[in-house]
Amino acid sequence: MTRQKRSRHRLKRAVAPYLYLSPSLVIIGLLMLLPMVTVIGYSFQNSAVLRRDPSFAGLKHYQAIFADPVFWASLWHTLYFTCMSVVFHMTIGMVFALMLNSDRINPTLRNILRVLYILPWLFTAVIIAVIWRLLLEPNGVVNSVLMQMGIIGYKVEWFSSPETALHAVTFANIWAGYPLFMVSLLAGLQGIPKDFYEAADIDGAKAYQKLIFITIPQLMPIIISISLLDFIWTMQVFPLIWITTGGGPIYSTEVLSTYTYKLAFSSYNLSQAAASAVIILLISLGLTLFYIRYQKAR
Amino acid sequence: MRKRHTPKDKLITVALHVALAAGLFFATFPIYWMLTSSFKSNTEIFALPPTILPKAFTLEAYAAILGDPVKLRFFFNSYFVAFAVTVLTVLIALLAAYGFSRFNFRGKGSLNTLIISTQTIPPITLLIPFFGLVVSYGIFDTYIALILTYLVFTLPYAILLMTGYLNTLPRDLDEAVAVDGGTSWTALWRVIVPISLPGIVATSVYTFLLCWNEFLFALTLTKSTSMRTVPIGIQLLMGQHAFEWNQMMAMSVLGSLPLLLIYLIAQRFFLAGMTAGSVK
Repeated sequence: MTRQKRSRHRLKRAVAPYLYLSPSLVIIGLLMLLPMVTVIGYSFQNSAVLRRDPSFAGLKHYQAIFADPVFWASLWHTLYFTCMSVVFHMTIGMVFALMLNSDRINPTLRNILRVLYILPWLFTAVIIAVIWRLLLEPNGVVNSVLMQMGIIGYKVEWFSSPETALHAVTFANIWAGYPLFMVSLLAGLQGIPKDFYEAADIDGAKAYQKLIFITIPQLMPIIISISLLDFIWTMQVFPLIWITTGGGPIYSTEVLSTYTYKLAFSSYNLSQAAASAVIILLISLGLTLFYIRYQKAR
Repeated sequence: MRKRHTPKDKLITVALHVALAAGLFFATFPIYWMLTSSFKSNTEIFALPPTILPKAFTLEAYAAILGDPVKLRFFFNSYFVAFAVTVLTVLIALLAAYGFSRFNFRGKGSLNTLIISTQTIPPITLLIPFFGLVVSYGIFDTYIALILTYLVFTLPYAILLMTGYLNTLPRDLDEAVAVDGGTSWTALWRVIVPISLPGIVATSVYTFLLCWNEFLFALTLTKSTSMRTVPIGIQLLMGQHAFEWNQMMAMSVLGSLPLLLIYLIAQRFFLAGMTAGSVK
C-alpha cells in the first residue's frame, strides 16, 4: 500500500463507525431525546398541545400535582405494587430455580418443568389481565373453590372492592413476572463452580449452610441487577392495571402510569400530565443511574 | 458423596416433588383455565361447580372470532406492524452493532451508556410528546405512527443484543477481508451477516415479541377500529359484548399463539432475547 492509500484507509476507518451508528442515533435523537425535551417543555406551558401559542406556566402544574391527594395515593400504590412484585418475583424465581437445579429430579422431568414454569412470561399483559379477571370473577372459579373449602363465606369482588383490588392486581403481576428471575438465576446457578460445593461437603456443611454461604453470595450480582431492572419496569406497568381495574374502585389501584394517562387522555390536561410524566421520568432516571453504576462496578 | 436411600433422604425427594407439583399448578392453572374456557359455552364458564374439562366441547367462540372480518383485521394489523418493525429494527441495529463491535471511536463508551439507559425510559413519559407530534404531523391513526414509535423501544434492546452477539465472533474473519483490500462494508455483508444468523434470529424474535405485546401506544395513537391491534381488540371485546368470556378467551389463545409457537420451536433464541440486558 502506498502512503496515500494507507492514510485514506485510516480516514475511512475513523469515519465508518459513525456512519454505521448514524441511523440509530438519528432515530434515538429524534424520537427519544427530542420528545423528552418536548415533554419537559409541555410541563411548563398552559394548555400544551391543545393550543398553538401556549403561555408560560412556571411551576404551576408541578404544584398542582403535589397538592393532589390522588397523586400521593398513586405514588404509594405504585410503591406497594412494585415492591411486593419484585420481592415475590425474586422469592418465587429463586425457589423454582433451586428446585429445578436439584439433582434429585430426573433430567427429562426437569426440562419439561422448566418449559412449563416459564409459560406465564409468554402472555401479553392484556391477556394476563383478562385471564385473571375471569379467574377472580365473583362467580368465577377461585371464589367457588375458596367457598367450598370454607376459606371465604361470600363471593369476594376481588377487583371491584377497594380492600382487595390492589392486592389482586399485585398478585396477577407476581404470577406474570417471576420467570425472568427464574431463568436468570437458573443460568447463574449453573455457573457456580462445582468445587465450591465439594469443598463444603468435605467440611461437613449442611444444605442450608451451602445455600447461605455459597449459593446466595454467588448469585448476588444477578439478584441485584435483575431486581433493579424489575423495579424500574414494574413501576411503569400500565395495561395490566388498566384492563383489570382501570385504577379504581375509588382510586384504590391508581398508579403513577394510570394517573398520568387519565390526566392526559380523560381530562385532556396535557400540561399537568406532562408534569406528572416528568416526575416519573426523574424517578426512573435515578434508578437507571444506580443500575448503570452497579453494572460498571461489576 | 451424598448418602442416598436413607428414609430421610427419600422423604426430602418426595417433598421436593410435591413442591414441584404445587409450583406447576401455580404456573399453569390460569393458562389451563383460559384454554378450556375458550372451548366452553358462555353459560358453562360460570357453571357451579366449575367444570374442569368442557362438558359440551364447542368451537363456537373460535368460529365467532375467525368469522368476523373486524377481528381478523386486528390480527392482520398486529402481524403487519410487528413484521415491519422487526425488519427495520434488525437492519438498523445490525449496522449500529457492527459499529460498536468492530471499531474504536471517540464517544463509544458514552453512546453505549446512552443506549443502555434508554431501555428504562418510561413509555408513559414519551406518550404525551408522541401524541403531540403524531397529531401535528397528521399521522394520527396510521401504521406509520405505530411503526415509528415502536422502533424507538425496540432499537436499544436490539442494538445491545446484536452487539453482544457480534462480540462473540472472532475478529480475524473480517480482518481477513480488510487485508484483501475489501472495505468494512463488504466484510459486514460477506462475512459477518452469514455467520450472525443465530443473533439475528434472537433479535428478531425479541423485537417481534415487544411489538406484539405493545398496548399503551396502540391504545392512544390509533382510533378507528380498522387500525387496532390484537391487545386493543381484546379490550374492545370486553366492553362491546357485555362479557362474552369464551370469545375473549378464544381471542387470547389466538393472540398468544405466535409467541407460544416461537417459544416452543426456538426456545434458545427466545430466552436469549428475554434475558438480554439483564444478564451480562
